Amino acid sequence: MMDFWAISIEIAITVLLLLTLLVDLMLPKESDRRPVAFITVIGLVSVFVFSLGQYHLSPSETFYLGLFIADNYSLFFKQLFILGMIFVVLFSLEYTHKFIRYRGEFYSLLLSALLGMCVMASANDFITLFVGLELMTISFYILVGFRMDKAESSEAAVKYLLVGSGSTAVMLYGVSLIYGATGSLDFVTICRNIHLFYAAGLAGVVLIMAGFFFKLSAIPFHMWAPDVYEGAPTPITALLAMSSKAAGLAVFMRVLYVAFPILGTYWMTLLAVISALSMIGGNIMAMKQKDVKRMMAYSSIAQAGYMMAAMASADYAGIKAVMFYATLYLFANVGAFAVLSVVEEERGGTTHGHLTGLSEASPMLAAVMTISLVSMAGVPPTAGFAGKIYIFTAAVDYGYVWLAFVGFIMSMMSIYYYLLVVRAMYRDLEQKETECARSIAPPFSVRITALLSAAATLVVGVWPDFLAKATNFASQTFMR
Amino acid sequence: MEFPLLSTILLAPLVAAFALCFVPKDDRETIRRGAAFATIFMLCMTVYAFFNFDTLEGGVQFVEKIPWVEDLGVCYSVGVDGISMPLLLLVGVIGISAVYTSWNTEKRPKEFFILLLLLIAGVTGTFIAQDLFLFLLSYELFVIPVFIMVLVWGSTKRLPKEFVGMKFIVFLLMGSAFMLVGVVMLYVNAYPAGERTFDFAALRMAGEMGHFSDSFQISTFPLLLLGFGSLLSMFPFHSWSPDGHAAAPTAVSMIHAGILKKLGAYGLIRVGVLLLPVGAKYWSPLIVTTAVMGVLYAAYIVMAQKDLKYIIGYSSVSHMGYILLGIMTLNATSVSGAVANMVAHGMMTALFFSQIGYIYERTHLRSIPELRGLAHYMPHLTIGFMLAGMTSLGLPGLIEFLPEFTIFVGTFGVYPVQALIAIFVIVFTALYVLRLLATLLFGPADEKYAEIPDEQGASMVPLLVLGAFIVGFGLFPSLLMNVINCGIEPLAPVFEQIANAPTMMGTMGGVR
Repeated sequence: MMDFWAISIEIAITVLLLLTLLVDLMLPKESDRRPVAFITVIGLVSVFVFSLGQYHLSPSETFYLGLFIADNYSLFFKQLFILGMIFVVLFSLEYTHKFIRYRGEFYSLLLSALLGMCVMASANDFITLFVGLELMTISFYILVGFRMDKAESSEAAVKYLLVGSGSTAVMLYGVSLIYGATGSLDFVTICRNIHLFYAAGLAGVVLIMAGFFFKLSAIPFHMWAPDVYEGAPTPITALLAMSSKAAGLAVFMRVLYVAFPILGTYWMTLLAVISALSMIGGNIMAMKQKDVKRMMAYSSIAQAGYMMAAMASADYAGIKAVMFYATLYLFANVGAFAVLSVVEEERGGTTHGHLTGLSEASPMLAAVMTISLVSMAGVPPTAGFAGKIYIFTAAVDYGYVWLAFVGFIMSMMSIYYYLLVVRAMYRDLEQKETECARSIAPPFSVRITALLSAAATLVVGVWPDFLAKATNFASQTFMR
Repeated sequence: MEFPLLSTILLAPLVAAFALCFVPKDDRETIRRGAAFATIFMLCMTVYAFFNFDTLEGGVQFVEKIPWVEDLGVCYSVGVDGISMPLLLLVGVIGISAVYTSWNTEKRPKEFFILLLLLIAGVTGTFIAQDLFLFLLSYELFVIPVFIMVLVWGSTKRLPKEFVGMKFIVFLLMGSAFMLVGVVMLYVNAYPAGERTFDFAALRMAGEMGHFSDSFQISTFPLLLLGFGSLLSMFPFHSWSPDGHAAAPTAVSMIHAGILKKLGAYGLIRVGVLLLPVGAKYWSPLIVTTAVMGVLYAAYIVMAQKDLKYIIGYSSVSHMGYILLGIMTLNATSVSGAVANMVAHGMMTALFFSQIGYIYERTHLRSIPELRGLAHYMPHLTIGFMLAGMTSLGLPGLIEFLPEFTIFVGTFGVYPVQALIAIFVIVFTALYVLRLLATLLFGPADEKYAEIPDEQGASMVPLLVLGAFIVGFGLFPSLLMNVINCGIEPLAPVFEQIANAPTMMGTMGGVR
């Protein structure tokens, strides 16, 4: 039976997407397209509220013969994506107004990327996965190159397109091998098939994993990330760092845990090693960066490493840790990128030099930035600390003590480059830099998002109970 | 329901910090009065708690417990025992002194006092936590306030303050990375999944039930030691400390030398020694020896220093060596001496730094050859320096005499050679302290200091508060020692039980 209730969120987003296109067409040419943004935000907020009612204790709804599954796990991730998108649209109102030429299309493309992510979170077979993944990435190829005034933006788009399609090809080849070995594309059917242990099956799994590592920009598949992050418009960088990565993780976990659990002994080790490499490499390479957006690219490589460390311990504690961490990482990213977008808008860039004196120009923005960065480093009392405790408890519990060593040491080392940013914001100004103290008054929407995200980071850090319960609930009904 | 005394003490600075966010940034008077009010309130409450602490009953008192994070097994659980009660008092005393020492902060006072209050709240939380998660949460709360305060209000003398702030944080956090691995291993090994808890009492119970095997304890203890030891400025992980003192603003130096280092020592007792006694015993000969080396080395370095803050910085490394010596000797006498010395040294260094801060704020000088003969013009300042100096060299009748003596009594029977060296270093201490006081205070009068006002009003508060406790506990040491002894008493069985546990010397073929 076709149960349209299971895909109601996707339907709602599609309707919203069409609505934004229509409104954009109907607005006069010289209008500033703010109505489109407001419609997007209001629509997404209502979808978010609506989706709260979809959590369930009964067996999960599926659509189209189980190829699409709406369980609590996917619902949690979808809410995360929607929340991230609301925040991004809000804090980038002014940014979009100033730097983006085709604003109406901008919002439509954001929504189509969101739709792709939601489909990914619910994908229960490789075709659905592929459709969702491509919808998301193709939207991002366009969005990355959306700044017509900046050559780097186009460069980033081309780079992203080439590397991204390469990785898609690799993944597709893996999928075709899996199909050849098992005769199915459905995760649940694949998982029982003993042919996975044959060479074709193993090679397929490795290729699929390599494809995911590309999407997650795990080392050694990370080369595209820094240039793309640096060149993309700041709100898009934020989305790449938090939502696109979380979507990749969501479906990656489902592929590994649902489709390939019998190969666990193989991929767990691989995952642990890649995770360690990402933590070490990402954090070390981030140290030398002068541009904060570029630094965030390397830092996001490391963050993906932390989350994969939890994935390597394949049980509910690991899934839960990933979900917990993805959430707090979203809040941290929203805070940091909201500040960065204001700084780029006011001062024309996001290097340490552009951030100089921010603590005097706007104490609030500097405080939010500091809290967000500290949360990424995992220092108490921010949410990052609780997240790392969850991740590395899961890893140590599974026996990966060495991974916990690498993780904790690298995350404490990472405080160095985060503090470099804090230093730029708070240090004494030199004589010639007095201009930097000129006060910045961020627009209301930015202030709201920044404060909300910082408050969320602190609250989750001090009182993680609510988020822990929510993620527990969502992860324990995984596959049910 | 009982009045939540400890939560009130913890919340006072937090609420004040939050309230200060809404005060206009130019209204310095309101800001500093608000901060002062919060710390006065804290001091009154801690003094009340200290005198209402029932030494006959012992154990953990003023307990509050609320389930906090269920799936991690975390409770918001606060309480004080005989070890943490005096340290909480120390926080109260130094907190108010730090606020009054920074009374005349001109530059961005709003942010300064907010960060200072956050710092005070963090250390308070650490001492009252009866839950390891809560302990860690507040243990590292100092990172951001300290970094920003060094950056904005610090001073560049020998090294740029930006560099020092970064060194300070990276050094300590690298230590705590190892400590966190140790803690996660403790947590995972204590109980099977589902029953896990961060509660100190439950974790100790797990230890008593033998959930921590000897080899586990021996391999995990060094991880904790690296974390707590580097905060305690254990030799050879001390190098952040003198530089940090020198670059930090006075209030941060006071809290940092007076409280933060004690946090390391406290963590070492509470988490390291109590949860992993066999591991502590195994490594104790090595640590005792390096502690004594630290005592000697730092005291020797002080002799060559000219900058007042470096002098006190290295001298506090040396004194912390005594405390580490007392803790790692692992008997009831030496540990009680160490805890008492934590309080004594905290008050003494804070007084020293506040006096240095006073003179530095007015002259922007703090090296000995440039400052001399201050006694001719500033009697109050002289009293402050004399009091701190005499305490530092262990004059009987002041707070530090008895604790040091107790440490030596406890250590001598176990490690006679190390104890002898440590006692011998007192000569060095006397030498550098007396030389400092002689040139700084009693040299020939210098006209250029005639203009500078002596400590008056607000700037007298640190001297009065700290002085009262230094002299008070010096004259009536039983007030302090009774409380501490009732905290140490329950540990006696732990020490007895490990009396015959192997040490590294034994395993390596040497003597036990």
